[in-house]
Formats: sequence, C-alpha cells, structure tokens
Amino acid sequence: MSLELRAITKRFGSVVANDTISLSVGPGEIHGLLGENGAGKSTLVKILSGFVTRDQGEIELDGSKLDLDSPNEAVASGIGILHQEPLVFLPFSVVDNFLIGSPKEYGHAEAYEALSRISKQFGFDLNPDVSASNLSIGERQQLEIARLLWLGARVLILDEPTTAISSIQREKLFATIRGLADNGMSVIFVSHKLEEVQEICDRVTILREGKISASVELPSSVEYLVSKMFGTGALPEVHRSQISGSSLLELVSASAAELTGQITDATLSINQGQVIGLAGLEGAGQRTLLRAMAGFVPFSAGSFTLENIEVGELDYLERLRLGFYYLPADRQREGLIDGLSITEHVALSMSDSSAVIDWNVARSEAIRRIEKFSIKGTMESTPESLSGGNQQRLLLALMPEAPSVLLMEHPTRGLDIESAAWVWGYLQMLRESGTSIIFSSSDLEELTTYSDRIAVCFSGRIISQIDAAQATIEELGLLIGGVPQR
Amino acid sequence: MNSVQQIKYFTGAIIISLLISIFFLWLIDAPLVDTAKLLVEGAFGTNQRIGDTFMIWVPLLLASASLVVTFSAGLWNIGVEGQIVAGAVAASFIAREVQGSTAVVLTLMVVGGFVGGALWGLLVGVLRVKGGVNEIFGGIGLNFVATGLIVYLVIGPWSRDGVASTGGTEPFRDQAWFPTIDGLRASPLALAIAFLALISVMFLLSKTNFGLRLRATGKNSLAANRFGIATSRYLLMAFIIGGGIAGLAGVTQAGAVYHRLVPSISGGYGFLAILIVLLARFRGFWVIPIALFFATIAMASFQWQLRLGLHSALGGVIQGVLVLSVVLVMGYQEVRRHREQITTRDETAP
Repeated sequence: MSLELRAITKRFGSVVANDTISLSVGPGEIHGLLGENGAGKSTLVKILSGFVTRDQGEIELDGSKLDLDSPNEAVASGIGILHQEPLVFLPFSVVDNFLIGSPKEYGHAEAYEALSRISKQFGFDLNPDVSASNLSIGERQQLEIARLLWLGARVLILDEPTTAISSIQREKLFATIRGLADNGMSVIFVSHKLEEVQEICDRVTILREGKISASVELPSSVEYLVSKMFGTGALPEVHRSQISGSSLLELVSASAAELTGQITDATLSINQGQVIGLAGLEGAGQRTLLRAMAGFVPFSAGSFTLENIEVGELDYLERLRLGFYYLPADRQREGLIDGLSITEHVALSMSDSSAVIDWNVARSEAIRRIEKFSIKGTMESTPESLSGGNQQRLLLALMPEAPSVLLMEHPTRGLDIESAAWVWGYLQMLRESGTSIIFSSSDLEELTTYSDRIAVCFSGRIISQIDAAQATIEELGLLIGGVPQR
Repeated sequence: MNSVQQIKYFTGAIIISLLISIFFLWLIDAPLVDTAKLLVEGAFGTNQRIGDTFMIWVPLLLASASLVVTFSAGLWNIGVEGQIVAGAVAASFIAREVQGSTAVVLTLMVVGGFVGGALWGLLVGVLRVKGGVNEIFGGIGLNFVATGLIVYLVIGPWSRDGVASTGGTEPFRDQAWFPTIDGLRASPLALAIAFLALISVMFLLSKTNFGLRLRATGKNSLAANRFGIATSRYLLMAFIIGGGIAGLAGVTQAGAVYHRLVPSISGGYGFLAILIVLLARFRGFWVIPIALFFATIAMASFQWQLRLGLHSALGGVIQGVLVLSVVLVMGYQEVRRHREQITTRDETAP
C-alpha cells in the first residue's frame, strides 16, 4: 500500500493554497505533514478526501491513478480520513455509527462481528450498544478508525487528531497508529505540533505558504524543523533605534484561557515606543495573550496596567478609548467589512459624533488616505476586491492617527515583499511617534529584525524573553521548539 | 457590475417570470387578454378601486420600511407580522380609552402604535442578543403569541356587548377614524405616514452615522466591533425602529381600514413585505413601485375571481414566481460578479 502525490496544485482566487506538492508514503510508513496555520495542510487533506478538486497534479494509490472528485470516491478508493472532530452521529448507538456508510448488503450481524474483530486486533474497548454520546473523544476516534478500516481504507489520514484529547488518550492513539503501520497501512499524520511529529513519524514533509519547504527523515533537529516551518522572509534590514521611553504597559502573572489556547502566568513589561515580538508555535499561547491584552478574552488572574492604572477588567471598546488598537490576522473576516466601500470604511473610522455624515468630507478624507497609504483602489472599492497587501494598507489607514498600544497578529502574513516592507516602514514611523507595538509572527526574520525584544511562548507560557539585537535565528528556533536556552 | 448590466439582468428576470405566469394561466385555461386587462382595471378602474389599492399599498410600504431597517442590520425579522398586530392592539387601546379631539386621539394612536410595535420587536431583539435565540424563531413564536392575544381581546375583554365572536370589536368612535377623501376609503394621512416612514428609513441608512454603523454591523458584526461599534446595542435599536414602523402599519390598518380591531388585522402584509424587500434588494427607493405592483396584483385577484372565476390564490402564485425569478437571476449575477472579481484581482495583484 503506497500513496504517491505528484505536483498537486490548487488555487483559490489569487491564493495558491497548494503549489506543486509532491510526496510519497510507502507501506507501513507514518508520514508527518507539518506546517503553521494557513500553510496548506488542510487544503491537501481536503483534496485527498475529495471535498476539494485539485487544479493540477496526479494522485496514485498502489500504482493506479485516482480522480477523487467526491468524498464517496475517496472512500471507495481506500483513502480514510480521521477528521479533527470525529464525524460521529451522537444520538446513534456505536454499532449504528459503525454501519453508516457501509455497503448495503451488510446488516447488523456483520457489523457486530467486524466491530468486535477490529476492536480485538487494536485493543479498543467499544461497547456496540451504548449511545455514541457516551464515548470520549478518544473513543470516538477509535470508532471512526474501526469504521474506516472496515470500509477498506488502505491509507489513513489523521487530521490534527490530538487537538481535543487527553495525554493518556493520546498514548493510546499513538499505539493504534503504530499498530496500523505494523500491519502495512500507510499513515499521514497532519499536525502543527512539532514534538508529536518527532515522536511518531518516520518522515516529515513541511509545508510553508503552500509550498514544500522540506522533506526529511525523523528524528531531526528542532531548530531545523522550526526554521523550515517558519521560514525566513526576505525583509529589508532596518536600523533599530535606541528606545528610552518610560514603562507603559505592565502585565504581571496574568493568565487567560479560551477554546483555542491559553496563557498562564505571563509577565511582560513594555515601554513607550517599544516593539515586542511574540514568537511560538501555533497554539503556544501568543494568540491568546494578544487577544487578552486587546480585551476579547478575560484575564482569569494577574494584573494588566496601562500607566499604572489597572485595565484588565475593561472590555475591548473601553480599551479602544484608552488608546489601544488591534489588527487581526484574518483581515477580511475580522478587520474589514465586505460590501462597504473604502469611503464608508473611512467614515466609520472618523468617529464623528454628529448624527448626519458629511459625505463630502468622508470622500476627500478617503482620497487623502488612499494616496497616503498607496492603496491600489478607488474610494468606491470594497475590501473583497483588494489584494492582501492593499487590505493591510487599508486597515492601517483606518487606524487612529497614533494609538498608544498597537496589538497586531501576523502583520505581513500573505503579503508580497514590497507590501511587507511598506507595512514595517509605516509601523516604524508609528513607534517613532511613541506607539508601543506588540505583534505575533511566524516569520523568524520578521521577529528578529523588527522587535526590540522577543517573548517566546511555549505550551501556554512565556518561557523566555530575549533581546532581539543579540538573538540569532537558530537560537530563536530552538526556544520556539521548547529547547531551553544553553 | 455597472447599472446597465443590472437593469439587463432585472429585465431578464421580469421576462422569465412573465413567461412562467403566462404558462400557468395557459394551464388553467384563463383568457390571457382579459386577465391582463383586469390587472389594470381591477386596481385602477374606478376611483373606489384606486383608493382600495392605495390602502393595501400603505401597510406594504410600512412593513417593507421596517424590514429594510432590520435586513440592513443583518436580521431576518420574520416577527414583523406580530409587530403589526402589537401596533394595532396599542392603537385600539388608545382609540377605546382616550377621549379627545381627532387630532389628539390620532396622534396618540400613532405614537402608541409605534411604541407597541417597538416593544414587540425589542422582545425578539432581547431574546436574540441576551438569550441567543435566533430572531427567526423568536419572531415566529411571538407572531403566534400576538395572534393569540388579539383573539383573546376580541372575544374577551374587548368583545361587543352580548356577542362573543371573532368578527371584531365595536367600531371605534369617530375621533379615532383616519380622515378619508369623500366617497373613497383612502386616507391621505395614512399614505403620508407610510411615505414619511420610508423616506426617514432611507435617510437614516444612507446619511447618518447611526445608519452606517447599523449597516456595518449587519455586514460583519465582528469587524464592526473592531471599529468600536457596540454591535448588540445596534441590533436592539434595529428591532426597536423596525418594530415601531411595523407597528405603524397596525395603526393604519386599525384606524384607517377596519376602524376596529379584527383578528386578521395584519392581513399577511408582513410576509408579503419580505418578498417586496427581497425584490427591492433592501433598497428603500425600489420598495415604492414594487409595493404598488404587489398591491395591484392583490386587488386584481379579487376581480379575477369575481369576473373570470379564477382562484384567488393566483395573485400569490404570480407574486411568488416574480420573486423566485428575480432571486434566481440575481444569484446567478452574484456568482458571475464574484468570478470576475477573482480574475481581476489575479491580474492586478498585489
């Protein structure tokens, strides 16, 4: 059983989600697919599961070519996907779930027999008659794996399977995966968790911005893997100015948690005009930290002060009035409003207290900002018609002239080099005028080039704060991967 | 997408719906020419009929104006029927209880009806914002409650002396009747209220900061919040304003058409208005002719039944076909626009 992908390419509009991806997985091989959010992993999984049709490229399973135009076809071809959230019908019994999607000639008798046979083989403890809602997520995964095997899966793809399960369940899952591989199954293990991929995979293919950045045997060095996941952009060097501002923001032993991540016991001090970079693997806590500082996630412990005044209890709208501002990574979902023109966006941002809008003023202001921020668009343009770089310029153009604290997620993600350089040029100007900037990034070069100090997050904690001027990319890579400083 | 293209698409949709309607008429052996003639004659043939058409136009305009507000905030306010009823109940209460000159009573009826509808709308809004109940379910639920309330009032506390029937309350005193043109049932005051409401809504949405923030909330509430907009407050305001304007439709129905409270006071105009607003693509100006056309069809279907023996449901079928055709063609146009946008973005990137 072996799976072979050749030059798979998929475009969504102007975004190349998968750019000539080639990889092969042999029988009994556990192959890791590693990459940050947006690197193209899920698109590749969707192509293999038949939800998305590739634009170009070939897929071959055991020497025969596959079309994979629909999910049905993928299952029939022997490709089984274990989704991040197991696709289980909760009100149904375990055996009914097991039977769903199986060929018509099978009935309950065959299902009971097959479920007990597969369970025995892999040491699953699944009672066929209980309702699936009584199963833990780990058991639901077992049910789903058993079902896929019964349907004749020859390749198993696990999409971020450890996101929602405990560490004990994880050990069981890994034992199952190893058992499957020992039986000759080809396994693809999709994850953004470096340590898990190191632990279980024989080989890893690393994706970055839709392309393969590396494909190596494991184990490999953490810093190499991090550098390939995060990459090093081609940003122009800047002169880092000496900061002498007074302390502005103090975060002391602060904790916050949301569904997608948490940060515990974080202490961070930020001066006026300082730039702090937040580094870390996806889910390491830097995003939660940024969102908590913005006021979207409540702090559960610790203090957060602006000029010695506690602001941790305030919500986002109240913090806005104190000079905070937040720019999201997902510019179209969280930043700009599809269907409203640039002029309307400008009018929204002008915080004019009068009841009636003077559209003439708004229009001339829109023209002024389009020119100042070199946005390729007109005052009637809507965000969905702008490229990523121009969307980011527009977001910056809508910001209050000089916020005192700017919180920014991935300032240059998805931007071309020219736009990225422009964005940082503008941010440098803001910091000169006294704005403190705290940003997260998965670009090591961006972090070391533009930060004054880098706070490294690892599994929910700030494990290190380093002077960016002294930091090397290799050292930063090690820290991000959880290897303590030498 | 320029406006010439838009008109082309819209004309295409009208032609499609016309063809489908003709096909239906042919299926039931209806005389085409007479049916078409009666469409105009039925609605505008006599002064009396023109007056009646206008009095269907009025609640349609008001309910549509209400829906333009809530749709702009991204809300599916199915509860507009209940809000019409609440407005009618509030106006009836004032008509029954308040003594005074016509000017005083009518003014209070209009204000009271607005408040009644607004409170009924606010109820849906609070359920949505505080309780997480989708406004469609909250609205439908409260529609039933409103219908129950009106039946209870008509056969209970407000029933006619010695009669417990669902036929309606006693007619209002003369002071609570909207003045009409002699010999016609049409009330210029009701028509003026409808236009004033619609124009106010158009002004609010296009010219004011409140309207812009409401539209921003409707299009993307997460991003609107990032701009510093307290989105929950704007959603509640949309329900209050929308509910209040729908309540005005209840006022004119009670004060200018029936002159009493009857169980079917809303006349289904709230639901019809959803179709009108969909056709108008949420733009106030287009509501005016489309609502008039719908009123025309409603009037014509009486005549179709009386004179040609066609089933009264025919009017609804034609309205439905029209809406479906337009929604379909506009959906197709949207898909094409989206594709063109992606191609142009590819070419002009970055």
